[in-house]
Amino acid sequence: MLTFIIKRLVIAIPTILVLIIVSFLLMHAAPGGPFTTDRAIPPEVLANLEAKYGLDQPLYKLLGIYLKNVVLHFDFGPSFVYKDRTVNEVLAQSFPITLTYGAIAFALAVIVGVSLGLAAAIRHNSFWDYLAVGISIGAQVLPNFVMAPILVLVFTLWLGWLPGGGWEYSDPKFIIMPVIALATSFMASIARITRSSMLEVLSANHIRTARAKGLPLRRIITHHALKPAMLPVISYLGPTFVAMITGSVVIDLFFSTGGMGLFFVNAALNRDYSVMMGITIMVGILTILFNLLADILYAWIDPKIRY
Amino acid sequence: MMNYRTVLRVALGALLLTLVLGTPAFITLVPANSAFAAPALKSGEKLAKEQVFTYRVLDDIKSFDPQLNSSVEGANILRDLFEGLMNEDPTGKLVPGAATGFTLSADKLIYTFKLRDAKWSNGETVKAKDFVYAWRRLANPKTASEYAWYMELMGVKNANEVVKGKVPPEQLGVRAVDDKTFEVTLKSALPYFASMTVHSSTFPVLQSVIEKHGKKWTRPGNMVGNGAYVLTDYRSGEKVVRVRNKHYWDNANTTIDKTVALIINDESQALTRYLAGELDKSDVPGGQYPRLSKKYPKQTLRFPRSCSYIYWFNMGKKGPKALKDVRVRKALSYAVNRKIIVERILQGGQYESYNFAHQKTAGFKLPKVGYATWSQKERDAKARALLKEAGYGPGNPLKLTLSYNTSEDHKKIAIAVAQFWKKTLGVKLTLANNEWKIHTTNQKNGDFEISRYAWCGDYNEASTYLDLLTSYSGHNVSGFSSPEYDKLLAQSKKLKDPNPNYIKAEAILADVMPFAPVYQYTGVIMLNPTVRGWPVNNLMQTWYSREMYKVAK
Repeated sequence: MLTFIIKRLVIAIPTILVLIIVSFLLMHAAPGGPFTTDRAIPPEVLANLEAKYGLDQPLYKLLGIYLKNVVLHFDFGPSFVYKDRTVNEVLAQSFPITLTYGAIAFALAVIVGVSLGLAAAIRHNSFWDYLAVGISIGAQVLPNFVMAPILVLVFTLWLGWLPGGGWEYSDPKFIIMPVIALATSFMASIARITRSSMLEVLSANHIRTARAKGLPLRRIITHHALKPAMLPVISYLGPTFVAMITGSVVIDLFFSTGGMGLFFVNAALNRDYSVMMGITIMVGILTILFNLLADILYAWIDPKIRY
Repeated sequence: MMNYRTVLRVALGALLLTLVLGTPAFITLVPANSAFAAPALKSGEKLAKEQVFTYRVLDDIKSFDPQLNSSVEGANILRDLFEGLMNEDPTGKLVPGAATGFTLSADKLIYTFKLRDAKWSNGETVKAKDFVYAWRRLANPKTASEYAWYMELMGVKNANEVVKGKVPPEQLGVRAVDDKTFEVTLKSALPYFASMTVHSSTFPVLQSVIEKHGKKWTRPGNMVGNGAYVLTDYRSGEKVVRVRNKHYWDNANTTIDKTVALIINDESQALTRYLAGELDKSDVPGGQYPRLSKKYPKQTLRFPRSCSYIYWFNMGKKGPKALKDVRVRKALSYAVNRKIIVERILQGGQYESYNFAHQKTAGFKLPKVGYATWSQKERDAKARALLKEAGYGPGNPLKLTLSYNTSEDHKKIAIAVAQFWKKTLGVKLTLANNEWKIHTTNQKNGDFEISRYAWCGDYNEASTYLDLLTSYSGHNVSGFSSPEYDKLLAQSKKLKDPNPNYIKAEAILADVMPFAPVYQYTGVIMLNPTVRGWPVNNLMQTWYSREMYKVAK
């Protein structure tokens, strides 16, 4: 197991390097730059800007300097667009926010999704099954960009219970709507995966044997069915967790949370090379780590899997 | 008090006028230390207990550094945190700011500003050297400000050479004669120079603070300003909070205690939060003015805004052959039914446009451009005739591409225009939608046929528009070049009344048609009816929190 983990981590290094180089080149290949505006900036002003940010150097040199700073100092450089700030500061401010609402939303999606899915599978073809399937389909067809404005309309404008946006770590009022809007569609997917996987497991041979032995249903589920049924769910959860904690543009856009998602999109639109690279690298590293974590969980749950 | 102020205002206006008209050699402008901007409570009004003004901004603030900021939203905040030499009053008239007034030398090249007794938010005195430091900083190549060109635009002596790095910043045409006297030397006379000192890139900054904190000097707590407010909280992507600066010279006449900018990207979300009472001011989403003004007549405001929307025709080297023919360009422009665009699509009281400069620009008399006076039927008939003359018709239809950047409104207008051109002229128009950076890059490189553009005035004077079409302007992407036009604009800088030149220049544009004017902007906002003092009559929408107040319901 330990050799497996070490092997995976070693492979991760070239993967991240490739990620950095490819995204760096792609980004610089996009038309326009951070200082392209509809205002005609005189050439002498543009030259000063490019000199300050090193854009007057050839691309390979730029990449070399960038790699050196990132690898040796973990320094992502200054933002090209947010003139008073560095990328590290942007990340230090926005990532904790996204991590907070993302992790809570993830927990909510897993707990509600798995319970719904299990309930539906165990009471297959009953009222509970239909209800659970109905809820999860409903949640699936309500993407967060539809959910968010509806939530604000109901809870801010009509009921006046919750603030329509903003962020305070200490006040749960600000966290409720982003969490619900982010969690619903993930919750629906988790519920559906859980349900179908559980149904499959319940019709498996070893469950039939357990039933024939006369074991009570509760014991069959907790001891024999749950673990194997969770395998597909877990492989879905790895990337989902990363997607949720690295931010949703929609959530940041509608709730003005100040999270990382909106920075990512704006950086791409503004050609803020350094911010975009910083977030890309961070998401890349997190994705690799959580996929590894999912694989470890896999092996722990399923004795058939040995690395 | 009120009367005193009115008298002063009138006097200042008259003096400014004399200055612009340029008669006497040395004029002292304004008496010292007068409270110009303090809001006056009208009779029957009672101040609300809580004086907090909350408004929506679309995008995150990119910088709080006056010399590095390049956005309008940033400038709105900077005007609260810092104060430049001159300010604008709610009608857009120039009034004293950090300076009590200025004098101009006989050759009109040297402006001498007298500074008032004012303090920085840390208690230090505002001195002329702070302005010298800030202006040099703006031009200094090391600062690499995107707005360094503004110093060149103002015509400050040696600005261009400093930006190019040919001479050190110390040789910029500014100096501190003494602590209270700031002197600017211009390269050549510029009648509206003083009004350009309202711009946030010319605001003073304190050298000691910048040197102490470096890049972090703009953080709340570090920042020291000379404006009516200080920055107390900034959460990127969420909000900006500023509260009263007790050291501000006119703090006694300031009413709003706290101003909060909420960063809300989505405009309907912003509207919902406005309606829920979280905001005092928000924007009316495109096309919703008729509905909202009916439902909330006391809360919807509409006023002219200095921007002009056009379609560039590429008549240059890379442009299509058809657009090199003036008859084609004219036909296309004539066939745009501006009334439908303004009344059916935008629906916010925008102005149909047949010229370039915004018609409400100060001192600008809307020229009677020929085709503006015709009916649309006449324009369509003329357009058909012109296009036929140019050799296009059912057998040989004109094929063109119209590019616009991603936005619902641009798309709607482009679709409407494609319809007008198809129905009236049989033009086969392809619509090309590009993301902003690609759109502007294509425009600059001349890689377009017809391309959407909008220009917003930098200052309230028609040359901010008309200078764009000079052959030496970096903005002139159409390939239009007219020595006569260049001459008219160059000459206008020295004239007592430049307006006849502007009218002639507009006539040339209507004659050559390097672009089709489409519409001129209005601002449409939702404003809490308890908020008073929003400068609806200020075309540039230059606003200051200290000019507003909230009344009790």
